[in-house]
Amino acid sequence: MLEIKNLHAEVEGNQILRGIDLTVKPGEVHAIMGPNGSGKSTLSYILAGKEDYEITEGSITYNGVDMLELSADERAVAGMFLAFQYPIEIPGVATMTFLKTALNAQRAARGEEELSTPDFMKLVREKSKDLKVTPEMLRRPLNVGFSGGEKKRAEILQMALLEPTLCILDETDSGLDIDALRIVSEGVNQLRSPERSMIVITHYQRLLDHIVPDVVHVLSKGKIVKTGGKELALELEANGYADYVGEEA
Amino acid sequence: MAAVQETIDHVKSIDVDQYKYGFVTDIESELAPKGLNEDIIRFISAKKDEPEWMLNWRLDAFQRWKTMEEPEWARVNYPKIDFEDLHYYAAPKTQEGPKSLDEVDPELLETYKKLGIPLSEQEVLAGIAPENRVAVDAVFDSVSVATTFKEELAKAGVIFCPISEAIREHPELVQKYLGSVVPVSDNFYATLNSAVFSDGSFVYIPEGVRCPMELSTYFRINERNTGQFERTLIIAEKGSYVSYLEGCTAPQRDENQLHAAVVELVAHEDAEIKYSTVQNWFPGDSEGKGGIYNFVTKRGDCRGANSKIAWTQVETGSAITWKYPSCILRGDNSVGEFYSIAISNGHQQVDSGTKMIHLGKNTSSRIISKGISAGVSQNTYRGQVSAHRKAKNARNFTQCDSLLIGDKCGAHTVPYIESKNATAVFEHEATTSKISDDQMFYCQARGLNEEEAVALIVNGFVRDVIQQLPMEFAVEAQKLINISLEGSVG
Repeated sequence: MLEIKNLHAEVEGNQILRGIDLTVKPGEVHAIMGPNGSGKSTLSYILAGKEDYEITEGSITYNGVDMLELSADERAVAGMFLAFQYPIEIPGVATMTFLKTALNAQRAARGEEELSTPDFMKLVREKSKDLKVTPEMLRRPLNVGFSGGEKKRAEILQMALLEPTLCILDETDSGLDIDALRIVSEGVNQLRSPERSMIVITHYQRLLDHIVPDVVHVLSKGKIVKTGGKELALELEANGYADYVGEEA
Repeated sequence: MAAVQETIDHVKSIDVDQYKYGFVTDIESELAPKGLNEDIIRFISAKKDEPEWMLNWRLDAFQRWKTMEEPEWARVNYPKIDFEDLHYYAAPKTQEGPKSLDEVDPELLETYKKLGIPLSEQEVLAGIAPENRVAVDAVFDSVSVATTFKEELAKAGVIFCPISEAIREHPELVQKYLGSVVPVSDNFYATLNSAVFSDGSFVYIPEGVRCPMELSTYFRINERNTGQFERTLIIAEKGSYVSYLEGCTAPQRDENQLHAAVVELVAHEDAEIKYSTVQNWFPGDSEGKGGIYNFVTKRGDCRGANSKIAWTQVETGSAITWKYPSCILRGDNSVGEFYSIAISNGHQQVDSGTKMIHLGKNTSSRIISKGISAGVSQNTYRGQVSAHRKAKNARNFTQCDSLLIGDKCGAHTVPYIESKNATAVFEHEATTSKISDDQMFYCQARGLNEEEAVALIVNGFVRDVIQQLPMEFAVEAQKLINISLEGSVG
C-alpha cells in the first residue's frame, strides 16, 4: 500500500507540491488529472526517486517502508515502476540487452538467481507479442529513433517484464494514435491484478475509457482539490478544469 | 545533478589502488646493470646469442638515439625520464631458454594463471573448442617464455616464435623486414627500442595460408625499474590472413615503469592482418603515483595491392599512453582500419590515435575512436589522414566520439588532414557528450544501481568498436571497461 502524507516539494526555490495526501491500496487504479503545471509529472518523478526535487515536508511510505530513504534503483527493486512520459534514449544498447540487464539487476538485488538467456528470451517473446513489439525493434538501441507509439509500447513491455507492484503511468497516452492507445491500454489492463496498484496520470478522459480507474483525483497547484469515482473524469471532460482551478484561486 | 555527482564521486574513488593485476611474482631474475651504453647493448646482444649483423644494427640505432631529443608535442605531462636509471634487460633466471613447459619456472606459470592465460597446451585444449584456440607467446619482462601450439602452426608453414629465436633461425626474413616499416631513426622511442629491444614475437604467414588459429602475446612487466622493449614483427605473404591478439598487464609499483615497444606489420598483395590489443598496464594509484609510461610505435605497411590491415585497441591502463597505430596504404586498393576505445580515469593521460597515409590508388581507410574520460584524466585523440599526389580516389571516414564522466577530466580531438590529390574524399565527424542525469535516472528507475547504469551506458557508447574484436577478447574488453569505471576490482 502506498501512503503519501502532506507532501511538499520544491525545485530551485519554487514550490510545486503543496501538501498532497494520497493512499493507494493493492489492486486499486487511481487516476490523477489536472491542468498543465499542476504538479502531475513532478509527483511521478518524486515517487520514482528523481533527485532534482527537495522534499520540504511530508512522507511517502510503500508497504511500510520510507521511500524517501531509498534511491531510485532501490525503489524499483521494492516494486515501483514509472512509465515515462518521454522515455530516454540509450544509444548503442539494444532494447533486448537493456531489458535483460534491468531484469537481472532487480533479481540480483532481491537475492534471486539471474534468468538464463533461453528462459529470458522465451519470456520476452511471450510478453512482446501482445504489445506488437517486433524482434527487429528489440534489436534496435532503446528508444533511439523509436516513434511515439514504439516508445510507449517499449515502456509497457518493461513494466510487463519487471512485474512491479506499483505502476505509475505518466501521460502514457500522449503522442499515441487511437490504435496505439488501444494496444497500450490492453497491455496495461492485462497487468491489473488484486496485488498490483496503479497511478495513471493524464490530461484527458480518453485514456480512462480504456483503463477504467477506481478513483479519480484532480490535482491543481500542487494539491488534490477533488476526489471522486470514474464519473468525475467525464465531468472534467465536459466542463474543463476551470471550476477547480477557480476554486483554488 | 545529484545522481551524476554521486557517480562522479564514485568513479573518482574507484579502486585504482586495487589494480587487479598488481601482484609481484617472486622469481629470481637476471638483470643488466642500470644505465645505457654500448656495453649494455653488447650484453643484451650476447645474452641473446645474436649474430654480428644484429649487434651492429643495435649499435647503429644507439648512435642515432644519442643525437635525438625526447618528443614533447603530445598532450601529456610527466617528470623527465632518467634513461640512466633503468635496467634495459631483465630475464627470469634459468640456465638456458626453456625447451618445454616442464622447464618453465612453476611460479611463472602460476603468474600466467593469475593473469588468466591458459599457457599449457593441455589446458587450452581442454578448455577451448578447436576453432577458438589461441596460440600464446608470453613475454615476461623481456624474455619470451613459452610458445604454445608451435608444432601445429609449423604444419601450416606458419612461423610464430620469439623474435630472438627468429633472429637466429630465420635471419634472412628478419634482415629483410626488421626496420622496414618503422625505420631505425623513426622517432626517439622507436630508436631506443631498436638499440635495446630484448624480445617480442615474430610471425610469418606463407603465401595463401590462412592462419589456423588466433595468435596471442601477453606482455607483463614484473621486475622493478625495468624498461620493457618488445619488438614485434608480423609478415603476411600474398593472399594470407592472420589475426593477432596482444594483451598487457603489469604489477603495481610506486615507481613509474617505462614501456617502449615497436610493432611492425607487413601485408603483401591480397593479405590481411588483424591486430587487436587489450592494454591494462598499471595506471598508477589514486594519487597518480606509479604506473606505466607507455610509448609505443605501431605501424602497418599495406605493401601489396588489395591488402588490408586493421588495428583494434582497448586501452584502459598506463599512467601515460603515447600511441598511434598507423597504416601506410601503399598498395593500390589497400584498406586500413583503426578501431579504438581509450578509457582514462584517475590521473591517467592518454594521447593516442592513428595515422592513415594514403599513397596508392583507390585506397580507403576508416577510423572509429571512442574516448572515455573520468576522474581528473586527460584524453586526447590525435589523428593524421593524408593523401599523396598519386593517391587517386583515396577515401577516409573518421568518427571520433568522446564521453565525459564528471567535470574534472578533459577530452581533446586533434585531427590533421592533408590532401594533395583533388579526387580524395575525407570525412571527419566528432562528438563530445556527457552521461546525462536523465539517462542515469532512467536506468536507475529500472533497477540498475549507479555502477551498473554507467557500465551499461558506456558499453553502449563503445559498441561499434567492441564488435570489431575477436569473441574472446570482446568479452575480456567488456569486463575491463566495467572494472576501469565501476570500481568492482576483484
